[in-house]
Amino acid sequence: MKYMLLIAADPAAGSRPEAQQKELSERIFAWWGAQTEKGKILAGHQLQPAHTATTVKVKGGKAQVVDGPVYLTDGPFNESKETVGGYGILDVADLDEALTIVKSWPGNNNFEIRPVIERA
Amino acid sequence: MTQHAPGRAAVDAALTAVFREEAGRLTAALVRFLGDFDLAEELVQDALLEALQRWPVGGIPDKPGAWLLVTARRKALERLRRAGVYEKKLSLLVASELHEVEGEADDRLELMFTCCHPSLAREAQVALTLRAVMGLTTQQIASAFLLTEATVAQRIVRAKQKIVRAAIPYRLPDPNEMAERLGEVLAVLYLTFNEGHIASTGGRGERRDLAEDALWLTNLLVRLMPGEPEPIGLLVLMRLQLARAMTRFDMTGRLVLLQDQDRGRWDRVAIAEATGLLDRAIQAGRPGPYQIQAAIAACHAEAGSFEETDWEQIFLLYNRLLTFWPTAVVRLNRAVAMQYVSGPAPALAEVDAIAESLRNYRLLHATRAQLLRALGRTNEARDADQRALLLTSNPAERSLIQSRLSSN
Repeated sequence: MKYMLLIAADPAAGSRPEAQQKELSERIFAWWGAQTEKGKILAGHQLQPAHTATTVKVKGGKAQVVDGPVYLTDGPFNESKETVGGYGILDVADLDEALTIVKSWPGNNNFEIRPVIERA
Repeated sequence: MTQHAPGRAAVDAALTAVFREEAGRLTAALVRFLGDFDLAEELVQDALLEALQRWPVGGIPDKPGAWLLVTARRKALERLRRAGVYEKKLSLLVASELHEVEGEADDRLELMFTCCHPSLAREAQVALTLRAVMGLTTQQIASAFLLTEATVAQRIVRAKQKIVRAAIPYRLPDPNEMAERLGEVLAVLYLTFNEGHIASTGGRGERRDLAEDALWLTNLLVRLMPGEPEPIGLLVLMRLQLARAMTRFDMTGRLVLLQDQDRGRWDRVAIAEATGLLDRAIQAGRPGPYQIQAAIAACHAEAGSFEETDWEQIFLLYNRLLTFWPTAVVRLNRAVAMQYVSGPAPALAEVDAIAESLRNYRLLHATRAQLLRALGRTNEARDADQRALLLTSNPAERSLIQSRLSSN
């Protein structure tokens, strides 16, 4: 069973002391490496910050190019404007295993876990 | 239970009892067999609907479980024919002798944990549990919660799709997750109980007694998890509330406050039985929020009069409850006990401290009104009661507040 992890950007990342942020990032990289080695994470990337994003909207059949990201504000965690900070593809037995892995994430990020449609 | 001719009412009662016992077993077995929650539940509903049509006329069969199983299998065959395509799961079921399904152990506990998975919204957990574990029809659930059938149907369809598509597992949680996951199941059962015990909207009228259904489910949970003290705590809590339920409303349907209730009409035997059960649960030495709430209910139920209530003990129990549930609502309840332990002034200070986070909660304002009145601040008390009234849709609660407003 494959799931896409949509990882929200850490809102505190910019305000943390540099040494602390570096230490946290290292723990996240180590975690990611370990999950990848176990075959639980198949792929994934961290993304550049939201201000580098470009949004394309279709309006009246015509593509409109807009500066900036799509905000994730309409979910259970809508106290601040969130953007996607990264993603991963998880390969596990079921949702409980996905939840166990996500709960062991060392960072300060909100997650959306979405099942992937696999076509034979 | 709705009011029909006596014959129909008796049939309805018998049907309810049989469905409760058989529907969950059958769903559980079919989920195990087919590996598809959505499909299994659909087949059981088809079979139940057929039973609803046939049994009132032809009588309840000797082996209702076997009848439902055979019917579910026939329904699977009809679906196969209708679909006109080879569907592996259904054809497996049709081809099977079903001995293994029939001989399967009681899987209803797995079923409950799946229906109450934390990834499902609370209202979906409730609807799904009532339907899959108890065999309530969509129509019955809709009328019990005063919702439209379309709303409930959509809720259930979406939840079942999520179980299948997001691969929510059909098994017991890991031991390290058990306490949290059991908490979800208990919350669903208690919410269902309270919906029947005092509906937050609308009149009681002819609505199905969800309190009765929740009690049955909790009894089942206690039977399926004999070593767990928290389900017993919830069961005791429900029983203590039911033992006092008949004095909660007066002849005109108005809510009667605890201090005004006729304690002579409380079911003393039921109270003694329930508290005895709680004592045994507590001996497990694993306290939890439901055992503590049951202990608080026991303090009230065992007091010979309102004046004899052991408020010190209740206050301490709320302190313990706060260690499990550090919420504003628990603090509000503790403030009520505080009033009798330390007086209305510190209790009001405590209520004011949480007023912001509960500003849309009717009982916050009703409690404030009571405390302000005890302090002689009548005008402010009236304002608070007005706020409470605006936030209350339950007719029994409304008339209680209105009578308070008109009496001073």
